[in-house]
Amino acid sequence: MSETAAVMTPSLWTRLSNPSHFMRWSGALVPWLTALSLAVLAVGLYQTFFTVPPDYQQGETVRIMYIHVPAAWLGVFFYAAMSVSAIGTLVWRHPLADVAQRAAAPIGAAFTLICLVTGSLWGKPMWGTYWVWDARLTSMLVLFLIYCGIIALWRTLEDPNRAARAVAILTLVGAVNLPIIKFSVNWWSTLHQPASILRMGGSTIDPSMLYPLLVMIGAATLGGTTLHLYTMRTEIMRRRVRTLTIREAERLDRAQPRITPQPSGGLPVGQPV
Amino acid sequence: MDLGSHGGFILAAFAFTALVMAALIGNAIRDRRAQLRALKGFGEDRR
Repeated sequence: MSETAAVMTPSLWTRLSNPSHFMRWSGALVPWLTALSLAVLAVGLYQTFFTVPPDYQQGETVRIMYIHVPAAWLGVFFYAAMSVSAIGTLVWRHPLADVAQRAAAPIGAAFTLICLVTGSLWGKPMWGTYWVWDARLTSMLVLFLIYCGIIALWRTLEDPNRAARAVAILTLVGAVNLPIIKFSVNWWSTLHQPASILRMGGSTIDPSMLYPLLVMIGAATLGGTTLHLYTMRTEIMRRRVRTLTIREAERLDRAQPRITPQPSGGLPVGQPV
Repeated sequence: MDLGSHGGFILAAFAFTALVMAALIGNAIRDRRAQLRALKGFGEDRR
């Protein structure tokens, strides 16, 4: 392909990320992804309750891991996705980047909350306490608070362009927390166990427990992505409604007869008598 | 199946997750319907 042709033909990525193209392909994809997510979730839940053996130390309580770990993964995954979108907003001012970021925040916050609460419910029987201010737990709590801050900032600023820029900057500042979450168990002495899936030398979890966990992580990722696409489509609709509302208001404003002040013969307002 | 002496914690964790997910999905569907209604009001019905 010649250089001119390459410049003229938009890349696949550009075409996919065009809002109207996005509405078309995501509309076709969401029902299939929903069905696939539900099927993988059904397999994962069956394995969690019927095939996974009890842990030799933790007993049946280990089953909480099958929702706690996927929730933790998605809490971090959606924040990382939001950080990439924030760069898209600040550098390229891509409209879909802001849409993606806005749609991801509540989903990421919900998964982080699930991670915190299920971790707490797992901690009580295993550690003897619901909460401890160790580095991993605290950094996850900070992630949840950052999500809440981002959602609150969006609701505070009325102008969408100003809100997008402010939120993008806040998101990138908050991204510092991601490596802290990941490496907190290595950098500090924590009650939370060290990495057991993604670590040098391979996973420390027995395959009979690891594979169902990977299925649950896959189900959560598929489900989360599907929900994200669905809410992105809603966000695009919301922006369309906003544009149409503004246009309608302008049309009504133009249609209204202009009231011009008639000279009454009196003194002009603001003049000394 | 027997979830042992800590069954309450396990069930509470799964129930809380189900509750949050139901709220998240329910809110997404409610929001979608509201936007579709608004678009319909403008004579647009794009899904």
